[in-house]
Amino acid sequence: MSRWRADFPGLDQVINGKELIYLDNAATTQKPEAVLAAVDYAQRIDCSNVHRGVHALSLRATASFEEARRKMARFINASSSEEVIFVRGATEAINLVAHSWGDTNIKRGDKVLVTELDHHSNIVPWQLVCERVGAQVEWVPVLMNGTLDLKVAHEILSSGEVKIFAFGHVSNALGTINPVQEMVAMAHEFGALALVDGAQASPHIAIDVEDLGADFYALSGHKMYGPSGIGVLWGKIEHLAGMPPWQGGGDMIRSVSIEGTTFAEPPFRFEAGTPNVAGAIGLGAASVFIEEAGLSAIAEHEALLVNKAAESLAEIKGVRLMGEKSKRVGAVSFVIDGVHPHDVGTLLDQEGIAVRTGHHCAQPLMDRLGIPATVRASFGLYNTLEEIDSLQAGVEKVVGVFA
Amino acid sequence: MSGVEDLYQEMILDHYKSPRNFGKLENPDSEIEGRNPLCGDHLVVQMRFEKDQIAEVAFEGDGCAISKASASVMTETIRGMTRGEFQEVFAVFQALVTGVESDSVLELGKLAAFGGVAAFPARVKCAVLAWHTAKAALEGHKGSISTEEKV
Repeated sequence: MSRWRADFPGLDQVINGKELIYLDNAATTQKPEAVLAAVDYAQRIDCSNVHRGVHALSLRATASFEEARRKMARFINASSSEEVIFVRGATEAINLVAHSWGDTNIKRGDKVLVTELDHHSNIVPWQLVCERVGAQVEWVPVLMNGTLDLKVAHEILSSGEVKIFAFGHVSNALGTINPVQEMVAMAHEFGALALVDGAQASPHIAIDVEDLGADFYALSGHKMYGPSGIGVLWGKIEHLAGMPPWQGGGDMIRSVSIEGTTFAEPPFRFEAGTPNVAGAIGLGAASVFIEEAGLSAIAEHEALLVNKAAESLAEIKGVRLMGEKSKRVGAVSFVIDGVHPHDVGTLLDQEGIAVRTGHHCAQPLMDRLGIPATVRASFGLYNTLEEIDSLQAGVEKVVGVFA
Repeated sequence: MSGVEDLYQEMILDHYKSPRNFGKLENPDSEIEGRNPLCGDHLVVQMRFEKDQIAEVAFEGDGCAISKASASVMTETIRGMTRGEFQEVFAVFQALVTGVESDSVLELGKLAAFGGVAAFPARVKCAVLAWHTAKAALEGHKGSISTEEKV
C-alpha cells in the first residue's frame, strides 16, 4: 500500500468494471487534494488579476502567485526567484529559450546539439531555430541499452561550434537517467550552454539546479502532481538578463510609448499577458506536497515499483524490456513479440490498467531501437506493489490472447 | 477480458498473424503510403487496374492487429471491384466501425468481424487506415497520406 494514495481522489474509480490502476504517470499525474484545493481557492475566493490592482483581492492573488514562484525556486534550489519564469510547460520553456536566447546567439554555421533519446519537445524547437538562422542540428546517438553515446557528444562539442547542448534529465520513453553533471561540464568545457528538460525528473528525484550546473532547466507542472498548463523555465540570471522578450504584451514592459517600449527585468520580461495564476498557485502547492512527502521516501517507494515491474515483466515469455535496467526511474518500457503495443493498451484498459502505448513523442529513439512503438508503464508515489501484480497478470492475459 | 472478444475475434487475429496479399505487386499502377502519425502505424497499398477494375491489390507495413487485419481483409474484399463499388463498400465499412446505422443492403461478409471496433473509439483510425490509403490510391493521389490530414 502507498501512504499517499488517499490524497488522490482521481484514483478512486472503476474503469471497465475494474478498480483503476493508473500507470500513465509519465504522461500526466493525478492531482492531490492539496493541489485541487489550492487551485479551487485561487479561482473561487482569491480570483483577481495579478501585478496591477491596488485592491485587496488583487494584492492577495499577487501575493499567492509570487509565493508560488518562491516555492518553485526553493523546490529546484534556484538562487533567486527572479530565475523562475512561469510558462505553459516544459515545451514552452524550451521554445522560449530557442526563440529568445537562440535567435540572438545562434548564428549561421553554428551547431545545436540534441539527442536521439529526447522528447520531440526538446528536438523540434531546435530544428526550427536552426532553420531560422541557418545553423545545424547535430545528434548524440542512443545506444541499444538506452544510454547516450557520450563519446560522440564529446567529439561534436570539441569542434567548438556548438552553441547549446539540449538534453533530458530522465528519458520519457525509457525512464533512463542521463549523467547531467557530466554532460553539462562537457558542454561548458567547449563553450556551449546546457539546457536540461526535467519534465520526467521533477516528480521522482530531487532537483538542484545549482548543483547540476546547467544554464536552463525546464519542467511541467502536470507531471509533478500539479495542474496542466503551467510549468517553469529556470535560467541563470546572467543569461536571462541579456535575453530579449519573445512575446510582447502587458506585464512584461517597463514603459510603452509611441517612440518605443522598454522591457521589465526577468522573470516578468518573459511573462507577457495575464499568467495562469491558479495554475502557478497549484504548482506551488504540488511542490510543497512533494517536499512534505519527501523525495527520498518517494524515490525509495518508486524504486520498489520499478524494480518489481521490470522483474515481473521480464519473466513473461515474449516480453522484452527497453533501456538499461540499473539507471531507470519512474517508468518501464517494453514490447511483446508479435503483439503491437496498441493492442496491449486496449486489452490492459479492459482490466482497468492505464498505460501509454506508442512512440512517446520520441520517434528518433524508436527508429534507433528499430521498433515502431512500446508499451510504457510509468509510476507515481501512489502506485502499489499489488498494482504491479495486476500489471503482470494483465500482460500475461494479453500474451494469451495472441498466443 | 470481457468486452474485447468482439474486437479481437479469431478471424481478426488470424489475418493479423497471417496477413493475405502481404507484399509487393510486380507492376503496380498505383502505390501510396498511409500513416497514422499518432501511433506510428504505416502501410503501403499497391494496386493494379484493368480498365475500371481493381485487378490486384497488395499491402505491406507495420501496425496493430486491427489495422493489419483490416488491411488484409480489405485486399480480399476489394479485388475485382470497380472504383464505384469500392466507394460503396468503404462507406458501409466506415459506418460499421463508427457504429452508425446504415441502410445499405450490401453483404458485409468478413468485414462484419470489424463491428466490434465501434465500441473502441480510439481504435477506429486503426481500422480505416488501409481503406483511406486504398481510396487515395484509387483517386490517383501520389506519395503518402495521413489519418491526421484531409485527403
